[in-house]
Amino acid sequence: MVISIRNKINICLLVLLALVPTITTLVDDSFYTGVFSRVLILAIAAISLNLLIGFGGLVSFGQAAFMGVGAYAVGIGSFHMLEDGIDWMGNGYIQLAGSVVISVVLCLIIGTISLRTRGMYFIMITIAFSQMLYFTAVGVDLYGGDDGLSIYERSDMLGLIDLNDEDSFYYLCFTSLLFVLWFFHKINHSRFGQVISGSKSNEERMLAIGFSPFKYRLAAFVISGVFAGYSGFLMANLNDFVSPDMMHWTRSCELIVMIVLGGVAGLFGPLYGALAFLLLEELLSSIPLNIAGLRVGEYWQLIFGPLLIVLVLCARNGIDGLLPGAKHDK
Amino acid sequence: MNWLLLLEQVLNGFQLGMLLFLLAAGLTLVFGIMDFVNLAHGSLYMMGAFFCATFSEWTNSFLFGALLTIPATFILGVVVEMVALRRLYSRNHLDQVLVTFGLILFFNELVRLIWGPVGLDIVLPDFLNRSVEIIPGVPYPIYRLAIIVLGLAVALLLYWIISKTRLGMLIRAGASNREMMGALGINVQLLFTLVFGLGATLAGIAGLMAGPILSVEIGMGRSIIILTFVVIVIGGIGSIKGAFIAAIVVGIIDTVGRSFLPDILKLMVSSDAASTAAPAISSMLIYFMMALVLAIRPQGLFPPKGVA
Amino acid sequence: MFKKLALASVIALATSSVFAGEPIKIGFVTTLSTGAGVIGQDMRDGAELALDQLDRKMGGSDVTIIYEDDGFKPEIGKQKTDKLVKKDKVDFVSGYIWSHVLMASYKKVVDNDVFLIGSNAGPSTIAGKRCHENFFSTSWQNDQNAMAMGEVLNQRGIKRLYIMAPNYAAGKNMVAGVKRTFKGEVVGQDMTKFPAQLDFSAELAKVRAAKPDALWVFYPGKHGVQFLKQYSQSKLAKDVPLYNIFTIDNLSLPRVGEWAEGSLMTQFWAPNLDTPANKRFVDGFKEKYDRYPSFYAAQSYDSMMLIDSAVRKVDGDVSDKDAVRAALTEADFESVRGKINYGNNHFPIQDFYLTKVIKDSDGVYTTEIVKKVLSNHQDPYASKCKI
Repeated sequence: MVISIRNKINICLLVLLALVPTITTLVDDSFYTGVFSRVLILAIAAISLNLLIGFGGLVSFGQAAFMGVGAYAVGIGSFHMLEDGIDWMGNGYIQLAGSVVISVVLCLIIGTISLRTRGMYFIMITIAFSQMLYFTAVGVDLYGGDDGLSIYERSDMLGLIDLNDEDSFYYLCFTSLLFVLWFFHKINHSRFGQVISGSKSNEERMLAIGFSPFKYRLAAFVISGVFAGYSGFLMANLNDFVSPDMMHWTRSCELIVMIVLGGVAGLFGPLYGALAFLLLEELLSSIPLNIAGLRVGEYWQLIFGPLLIVLVLCARNGIDGLLPGAKHDK
Repeated sequence: MNWLLLLEQVLNGFQLGMLLFLLAAGLTLVFGIMDFVNLAHGSLYMMGAFFCATFSEWTNSFLFGALLTIPATFILGVVVEMVALRRLYSRNHLDQVLVTFGLILFFNELVRLIWGPVGLDIVLPDFLNRSVEIIPGVPYPIYRLAIIVLGLAVALLLYWIISKTRLGMLIRAGASNREMMGALGINVQLLFTLVFGLGATLAGIAGLMAGPILSVEIGMGRSIIILTFVVIVIGGIGSIKGAFIAAIVVGIIDTVGRSFLPDILKLMVSSDAASTAAPAISSMLIYFMMALVLAIRPQGLFPPKGVA
Repeated sequence: MFKKLALASVIALATSSVFAGEPIKIGFVTTLSTGAGVIGQDMRDGAELALDQLDRKMGGSDVTIIYEDDGFKPEIGKQKTDKLVKKDKVDFVSGYIWSHVLMASYKKVVDNDVFLIGSNAGPSTIAGKRCHENFFSTSWQNDQNAMAMGEVLNQRGIKRLYIMAPNYAAGKNMVAGVKRTFKGEVVGQDMTKFPAQLDFSAELAKVRAAKPDALWVFYPGKHGVQFLKQYSQSKLAKDVPLYNIFTIDNLSLPRVGEWAEGSLMTQFWAPNLDTPANKRFVDGFKEKYDRYPSFYAAQSYDSMMLIDSAVRKVDGDVSDKDAVRAALTEADFESVRGKINYGNNHFPIQDFYLTKVIKDSDGVYTTEIVKKVLSNHQDPYASKCKI
């Protein structure tokens, strides 16, 4: 079996990511373990969203709200465990199960209504539903409303893994990323995936050969939402905090920016996008230059914004498209 | 039921509706004709407000400041279109989202660099800073009435441009059949630039009108732009008439809902719970309405003919 | 990428150990961007003045202070706090304007045995159930000013009150505080969306319709400016007098002074509060920045002075956490409000005053003390704290 240059690059990246805790320990700067945990978590959310966007041609702006479902599962569980002494609510597996059930139900309802619309209307209706979830979170006073909820106890994984330990938490995120990559690779190459991407390019033909794209799209919508919930579960444990702000539509917008930046055509695109987006944020905002008495780092978005624009104008298929052997859309 | 209060809130809703219409008109034109997703429309609104605050200070007059803002935002729109957006018409919506997201970051930071983080105030001249009793016993700020009147005037002007002028004819033609326009030898590039400039001007007018009531600050576009998107989607993308009707409905529902929901909720739950839950539920009303409209009519209320 | 990061950290490590005698490191998290940036700027100015007056030294060691901008968002604030604790390895974290930013960041600091000196927000959870031995406040607990306000309203014979406040932690605390002491009837209450809502026309219309004896509001920062502007445009003042807390301060007075002259509020401090430390602070501040300080600056100034008092007590050796904690609890220094006495939850037990907006002899708007409302007041949550 010959490994293409492209896959070699991907494998190198994964090996590097696997080594992050080792490197940060060497340079005694555990802060970056947290930074990279965040990259991996957002990459998981972005890869699962790309099933809809890149493969299904369905630009959903609701992903952040589904992340919120998973995050609030942790927040609410931890809250009741500490306030009311209900021990089982602090159990990570139960929180995850709750998050999955709620994600599936919500995605079925929202997907059924949204998938009847197309294009811009689909974008807007997913924004509408995600804003409804956002305002629901804002309105529930018991769980902090606008202020969010501090999580004083991370999810209890029954001794299998200690989430309070930074490195083991990072490895959990990394393992999850590997699983997500494998899972979506399988989906994309299954008949299911082919119907999804087939209906993107030619819906009539799919109907003609006896597939109803709606059911397949709805299934994709649910799968994507469940993984978004899982990434939210990780995010809440990383932040020790959950607030409605992470469900706002602008957060979904950031995820979409990551995907487009990395490239929608391939499996690894969103991972590159998340890496580039967050590391640029981190690097640009710590530029130690002073120009005319102003710290450049404080105005990093002045550089970041145009940089995004230039990237889109120059690299048609994102970072992924710049690598050798890229598949080109259109 | 307090009828005077209801009447006053409907007026307030109308006033918000007019701002939303000014924003939505530009956005829906750009969308309908160029099929272009512009998330940065709110930034143009913000720039309009900042221009107006600055020019008002230079000229010591709000009216002169406002008049100078109109060409300034037009020029800004044209420049943005030429530099960043022109190459994107053939691209998909995703690339447009990314670029206009980049523009939002850029403009927010630019404003912070030039005007600082604090925000500005626009001082109203005395004759606008008074109240009149249009409803007996309820003094209503003249300036808010002025917004309503100006909004209606702009709506009429737009109606005239689109239905009676050559430019309007081209806009209508462009909305229904883009390829045909090019084939007929019309300079589509120039038309697009003009339409974008017009949209930017309308956003700028909304910004300068909102400035004296709200504060002129970074990110002021973030909350209103999403309402604007809701308006154009309910109205039907590309339809000015739809945008006008939807803007007024959204404005009134938002304002009246904010005002009366707590009392309605109090009939059902305790008053503390009602006053904290009400803002959340009233913010949701609009989205609920939009989902309802789209569930019944996936193309909005007034889909323009010929736009798929 | 990694090489660069590794290299950068190695360089940082190498340079940090050049100084003789470990410098004292303080992180300061506040809002420097967005419209609320004006508050953060004032806090930074207050802290800087304190450090200048200390010659940038505490207990014989040099002081480094790192300012971070929370962007008015809980999670950004939390990330920055994380960076201060883990990457910069600071000894103290101070600042925090907003309750929700403090709530999100709190655990990260105190759990890592770093001391958190809160310079403004004082949410009820941190004063009560979730209090921690490593947290100290140089401001107040959110309810206290509001409780003083309730007393003032009673004294002035207000029977029917209308309440407006933003719908976030501090807003809810303030409303709870007023209701705790106010004996009349609350005829209406609007909790507005925060920070998005800046147009209060609908709520002001309801106030007019409800015909209360007084309107009480809490709108900090720019929301206060917007509110006052619209309140004055609505011409309600002649029928419904305005009482407020934290809505008017020395930051907004240059903009809103003419609308606000004569309005009443409650505070633990005003520029004319007569203590030696306060005179030194206000005069120094006016000389350095050519304007009046706000209470935000006063609290931040006190935060630095509190840290200094503790570091001096342990002779600059901040590695002994227990000794530093004991020294902080003693608070052996003159604060702008006089000596600080800490309760069990490490919030000050202090006096509150009725203050009023006036024009000083130079024609500049400021606030001055009218009379004392509460003496040696402790917040109502201290009993829930198990330290």
